[in-house]
Amino acid sequence: MKVWRYGDDVNTDLLFPGKYTYTCSTPEEILPHLFEDLDPSFASGVKPGDVVLAGENFGCGSSREQPVVGLKAAGVAAVVAKSFARIFFRAGINQGLPLVECPAAVEAWKEGMEVEVDFPGGRVRVGKEWFSFPKPPPEVMEILRDGGLLAHVEKVLKARKGG
Amino acid sequence: MAGAILARKAGKEKVETGEILFVEPDILLSHDNTAAITAKVGRLLEEYGLAVPDRHVIVLDHVVPPATVKSARNHKAVREYVDRYGVKHFFDAGRGICHQVVVEEGLALPGTVAVGSDSHTCTYGALNCLAAGIDRTEAAALLLTGKTWLKVPAGILVELRGRLRPPVSAKDLVLALAGKIGASGANYRSLEFTGDLDGLSMEERLTVANMGVEMGAKAAIFPADRVLEEWLEGLGVRREAWEGVSPGPEEAYERKVTLDLSSLEPMAALPHAVDRVKPLAEVEGLEIQQCFLGTCTNGRLSDLKTAARILEGRRIHPRVRLLVTPASRRVLEEALAEGVIGTLVAAGAVLLPPGCGPCLGAHQGVLAPGERCLSTANRNFKGRMGSPEAEIYLASPASVAASALEGRITRPEKYWREER
Repeated sequence: MKVWRYGDDVNTDLLFPGKYTYTCSTPEEILPHLFEDLDPSFASGVKPGDVVLAGENFGCGSSREQPVVGLKAAGVAAVVAKSFARIFFRAGINQGLPLVECPAAVEAWKEGMEVEVDFPGGRVRVGKEWFSFPKPPPEVMEILRDGGLLAHVEKVLKARKGG
Repeated sequence: MAGAILARKAGKEKVETGEILFVEPDILLSHDNTAAITAKVGRLLEEYGLAVPDRHVIVLDHVVPPATVKSARNHKAVREYVDRYGVKHFFDAGRGICHQVVVEEGLALPGTVAVGSDSHTCTYGALNCLAAGIDRTEAAALLLTGKTWLKVPAGILVELRGRLRPPVSAKDLVLALAGKIGASGANYRSLEFTGDLDGLSMEERLTVANMGVEMGAKAAIFPADRVLEEWLEGLGVRREAWEGVSPGPEEAYERKVTLDLSSLEPMAALPHAVDRVKPLAEVEGLEIQQCFLGTCTNGRLSDLKTAARILEGRRIHPRVRLLVTPASRRVLEEALAEGVIGTLVAAGAVLLPPGCGPCLGAHQGVLAPGERCLSTANRNFKGRMGSPEAEIYLASPASVAASALEGRITRPEKYWREER
């Protein structure tokens, strides 16, 4: 697995340029442009199981879920950041992509170190050291367990109809 | 105020910061992204029906008129959805920018909750509305359930003192605030305004609330006061139709930020971050190739009038393109009636149809590598208006108009004429 390290205030235009937002919405359309203006090597280099590490306010800017859809489709295991922008954080939950807020883990990382995320357990390993982060509330865990918001909603609607 | 609104919606006496509540938003907004939203749940919509035909507000504004067959097809799919599911509030391409249309149509009301799959949904905070951006997937789920979860945000009290001295404007105010708070300083929080608000018009408040998200805020809320009440009356909204909320005691807030309006000067946000804010004077003289007046931040009548006051009887610099995009058809009609459009066009401006225009770099005035644009928009991220090697500076309508005259970033004071 590879760790992709980025800085603070990485905004949605860098993650997925606005010019594509009304023409690309499927994972196949999104993937080639993922992180295009941030790191042109990302889209072709990213592999399933990779982790993205970032600073403060990751995903600030537009309400744009394509970067999250793209990361999920690429098989990225998690994004670990010092903090996330609010809309981006919700998008992570809604797509079922683990977004971990853990400044200590980001600080501890050095080139070459492995990162492993135990999301339900609320902990992340950097190199040999484990760091804990606040577990998401039960309402949110349920959405994640169901595989994202739409799968969750479908389950709820079915239950309502059946009941 | 965010807490009070959420408590009311959830039918609770009191709520705690951080508490998660399930609420039924009063409106759900989407725009050109509607087709992408409905496509996610097409099958489920067929099976379970649309839960929110009266609450789903759709405005086509991002790429209007369509620039490609793909976007034309996208608009067509939206119209088909509207007809099929009987969506009550649909506004086709040309009506204006979604946030301006929602406000003009009286669809965002004090004390209510609005969500929208656009980050600048926070604009309606000017109307004492808890308005927050959500993503497409969440909007899709709302179509089916009419409900979503919202966390009660911590609040930051923003106290505004004194009065703005024109041509210093609400845009300079909010840029100064973004500089002070930072791009993530209000993340997950509600910015709530208090202080000397009597002198701040609704259009000015809309400009300020619009940029709440640029500080990470979930919402940016003004109190329901006389200014708002009169304005809603002017829109034809009955007084019985709404009940506003007021800011809580100062102790209820995480912190307080105070801004003295009377000492503010024209400000600018430098590339490529909205919180890289400096007095405009510090970047004065930088050559620009494009000027953009418009957007959900600064495309309203008062903004166009301010620019016209500076441009009247003058010609813009021959090496500058000045693009003007009224925020809505209503703004355009009023600006036409008042002679404002004539003044702008006579000065050399290119008039674009009401909509988001060049702001998001999809069409109408994208930038080439190495070009620099002075814009009244709310975002100057790298690549936003086209080439990632272009630069976007953000400023007020007055600063943009003055700079268009000189072909360089210019303080507006020397061209400012008092109202006659």
